[in-house]
Amino acid sequence: MATAFASRPPNAGPGVIPYITAGFPKLDDTVRILREFELAGCLAAEIGIPHSDPLADGPTIQKTGRLAIDNGMTLGLGLEQASSARAHGVSIPLVVMTCFNLIHAYGLGRFVFDAVHSGVDGVIVPDLPLEESLGLRAICQSLGLAFVPMVAPTTPDSRIRETCEQATGFVYCVSVTGTTGARQNVGPEAYDLLTRVRNCTLMPRALGFGISGRAHLDSMKGACEAVIVASALMDSLWERGHADAASTVARFLDEMLRDPT
Amino acid sequence: MSATLEATAPGRFGEYGGAYVPETVVPALNELEHEIPVAMADPLFLEELRGWLTDSAGRPTPMTYAGRLTQRVGGAQIWLKREDLLHTGAHKINNAIGQVLLARRMGKTRIVAETGAGQHGVATATACAALGLRCVVYMGAEDMRRQALNVYKMRLMGAEVREVTTGSQTLTDATAAAIRDWVANVRDTHFVIGSAIGPHPYPVLVRDLQRVIGDEARADGLERWKQLPDVVVACVGGGSNAIGMFTAFIGDADVRLVGAEAAGEGLVCGRNAASLSIGTPGTLHGTLTYLLQDGHGQILPTHSVSAGLDYPGVGPEHAFLKDSRRVEYLAISDGDCLDALKQLCQLEGILPALESSHAVAAAMTQAAGRRPDEIVLVCLSGRGDKDIDTIRARVPELG
Ligand SMILES: Cc1ncc(COP(=O)(O)O)c(C=O)c1O
Repeated sequence: MATAFASRPPNAGPGVIPYITAGFPKLDDTVRILREFELAGCLAAEIGIPHSDPLADGPTIQKTGRLAIDNGMTLGLGLEQASSARAHGVSIPLVVMTCFNLIHAYGLGRFVFDAVHSGVDGVIVPDLPLEESLGLRAICQSLGLAFVPMVAPTTPDSRIRETCEQATGFVYCVSVTGTTGARQNVGPEAYDLLTRVRNCTLMPRALGFGISGRAHLDSMKGACEAVIVASALMDSLWERGHADAASTVARFLDEMLRDPT
Repeated sequence: MSATLEATAPGRFGEYGGAYVPETVVPALNELEHEIPVAMADPLFLEELRGWLTDSAGRPTPMTYAGRLTQRVGGAQIWLKREDLLHTGAHKINNAIGQVLLARRMGKTRIVAETGAGQHGVATATACAALGLRCVVYMGAEDMRRQALNVYKMRLMGAEVREVTTGSQTLTDATAAAIRDWVANVRDTHFVIGSAIGPHPYPVLVRDLQRVIGDEARADGLERWKQLPDVVVACVGGGSNAIGMFTAFIGDADVRLVGAEAAGEGLVCGRNAASLSIGTPGTLHGTLTYLLQDGHGQILPTHSVSAGLDYPGVGPEHAFLKDSRRVEYLAISDGDCLDALKQLCQLEGILPALESSHAVAAAMTQAAGRRPDEIVLVCLSGRGDKDIDTIRARVPELG
C-alpha cells in the first residue's frame, strides 16, 4: 500500500479510492467492479462488507448494504471475492471496510489471517476507535494487514497524533461531522482537518464522506493524497447499474478521472 | 459497592460494555464521561435533580401490597414498586430529567432520543419542554403505529417525532437513526439514550440515574418489613428499570434477583426478544453484550407484544450479571404477559404496561410455593394506558 501512494508523481492530484458494497448490485458483481477500478487507474479499492445496523452510514450505503445482505453477502464471502479479484489480475491495494461485529463473529485472528491470504492489504472498522482497537491492531501488525484508522473534524490534535502513531497504510480523514452520503462541497472543516493531520504525521491522508466527482477531485489538489468516493458511485450504481454494473462503474470513473486536456 | 462489579477497564462489566462508536462522537463521549462525576459531586446539581424528581416527577413512589394477587397465587407476599405512578407514566422520566439537566449543564441546546414504546420519548419531550431545549425523537414506523397515543403526546410537548422506516421499523432502527443524527450534530446535541445500553458512559449514567428506584424500595422495605425482600423482579428490555431496581440489592447476597425478558411467541420459533436467554455476545449500538444475531454477526428481527422489550440487545451490565449468575433471567411469553396484566387489573385495579406485565408474570411464578412471610418485590415500571389498543386487539371479549 505504501508503494501505491509513493509511486504517484509528485505533483499529481489526489489518487482515487472508490468504494464498493460487496455483493451489490448482484452478489457476484464485486470482482467485475474491482477490475474496472483497476482499469480506470484507481489508487486502491475499498470493499465494504455490509452490516444490518450500521452507525456511520447514510441512506445510500445503508440501502446498498441491505440489498447485498439479502443477496447473501457475508464477511467470508467478501474475502473470497477479494481473492478471486486477485486471481483475475486486480493488483491495486484492497482495503476491507466493515463493522466490528462482523469481525467479532468471524473471529479476529481468523479474519486477519484469511484477509491476508485473500490478498487484502488493509482494514477499516468505523466503529472501532483507538481505545477498542488494541486487540485487532496487534493481530494486524503481527500478520501484516494495515490497520487504517479514522479521524474526524471533532477529533482534537492530541488524539489525532495518538491515532496516527498507530496507523499503517494511510489515515482515513472524515470530511464532515456526519454520516456517509454524497455532498455538494468540501467544507472548511475538511481542509482544517487535513492540515491538522499533516501537522501530526507524514502518513498519506485519504479524505472520505461526501466526495462525489471531478470537481471535488480538482479542488483537493495538494490538500490530501487520496479521496474516497463511495455514496456518489453507489447512487449511480443504484440508479443505472442493475443491468450492467461494470460499465456504469467504468463511465462514472471515466468522468471522474479522465484528463480534461 | 457497584465499583467491584465494574471489572478491569473503565466502562467494562467483565468483558462487556466498551464504546464501539464512530470516531466523530468519541470526543463527545469523553466530554460526557468527564462531566458526569463533576456534576454528580456538585451539590447544586444534585439539589436541582432532586428538586425536579420530587416536585415535578412525583418521587418517591409508593410501594403497594398486592393482597388479592398474593391470595390468588398462594405463596409469598407480592409487593409493587409503583414507578407507574410517576409523571408521564413510567420510570423513564428518572433518566430523562437527569440527562436533560446534564445536557443543559454542558451547554447543549438540542436533544435527540430514540424510543420504542414511546415512554422514553414522552419523558424526554416532557423534560425538554420543562427545561427549554429542542427535542427530536426517532421512532420506528411500526412502533408509531402501535403507540400512536404517545406519538401525539410527544408532539403536544413540542417535540419533533421522526419516523424511521429502515429495517424492522422498531426500537433497534430508531436507536441507530438517533445515533446517526447525533454523529451529524454532535457539537450542539446531546443524545438522551433511553435505557442502560449504548457506549460507555451511557450504561453507567443511566444506571446511576435509575438506581433511585431500588434505593427507595430497599429503605422503604426495611422500615416496613424489618427485613429485605426475598426476591426482586423487574422486566428487561434494554435493562434500565431492572438495573435501577437491582443495584441497591446486588450486595445483599440473600436477595434473589430475577430479570424478565420477552419470550414473545416462543424461544424456538425465533419470534422473541430474549437476548439473554438465547443470544450470543457481539457489538450493537456501541456496546459489547448479548445479542440476537446470526452466525455472521447480522442482527436478527425481534418480536414482543410490548414495544419496550422489542430489542435485539440488552445493557452490558446485565450480560455480566448473567454470566456471574448474580441475576437470573427468565423469558416470559406474550400470552403469560397478557394473563398477568389481566390479573393485576382485575385483582388490584392496576393497569400495568405490557413491559411491566412481564415482571408481574415472573413474580407470580416466583411467589408460588413460597411461605407467606416471604416477600417478592416487583418493579412496576410503567402504566398500561399507552397499550390499550394492543391489549384490546388481544383481549377482544371485552369489546
Ligand atoms: C414501562 C416500561 N417498562 C420497561 C421498559 C423497558 O426498558 P428498560 O428495560 O430499559 O427498563 C419500557 C421501555 O419502553 C417501558 O416503557
